[in-house]
Amino acid sequence: MALSIVHRATGIALYAGTLLLVWWLVAAASGHNAYATVQAFTGSIIGRLIVFGYTWSLMHHMLSGIRHLVWDLGYGFKANEREALTWGALIGGIVLTILIWIIAYAIGGVR
Amino acid sequence: MSAPDTPKRSMRTPLGRVRNLGAAHSGTSDFWRQRITAVAMTLLMLPVIIVVMMTLGSNQAGAKVILGSLPIAVIMLLFIVASAWHMKIGMQVVIEDYVHNEKLKLISVMLNNFFSIAVALASTYAIIKISSGV
Repeated sequence: MALSIVHRATGIALYAGTLLLVWWLVAAASGHNAYATVQAFTGSIIGRLIVFGYTWSLMHHMLSGIRHLVWDLGYGFKANEREALTWGALIGGIVLTILIWIIAYAIGGVR
Repeated sequence: MSAPDTPKRSMRTPLGRVRNLGAAHSGTSDFWRQRITAVAMTLLMLPVIIVVMMTLGSNQAGAKVILGSLPIAVIMLLFIVASAWHMKIGMQVVIEDYVHNEKLKLISVMLNNFFSIAVALASTYAIIKISSGV
């Protein structure tokens, strides 16, 4: 498995995606119209795809990063352990992303 | 400059000889800060997701009330500081790995710093503005 490049790629995606977080917070501080613009964007198909991608990048990068922290501590270097950590990060990232979106839709994020 | 530091004669420890001589002349501090901020963000992830979920479906007035409450503002501030710091370090590693032209590398590292600090300050300012109701 060559997942370290995915860790790096999701990190770069999150770097750019931070602009979404900044835009959201600044809009909330600015006023009704600015916030409505953000909501119009994040509610659009493209906006939702971007936020979905951002969610997955965040979840994957976090789990893949925890894998690196485990290695930093000196554990998980056996072949089967490496495989388990890698698959855990890959599958866990997808599962968490879908879970978050199910909850978001359930509590009324769709407007 | 060799005589005092030759391995046979020196009284300096191996660590003492190499400290502060890394690529950035700052040893492993970036490595360590990247880990601190990573652990911090992992701990803050669930609270931050809950905060974002709380604002779903509310307009700006509602979002302001949520983001302006003290514990939530502190959670968001901690997350923003940690993420801006973490992404600055991470992007610098990427730049150092792929950009080999010295001038371009310096410019990239500098722009990375500007961007990360701008992200941190803009978000921080927004949260403080919301919290203080200015």
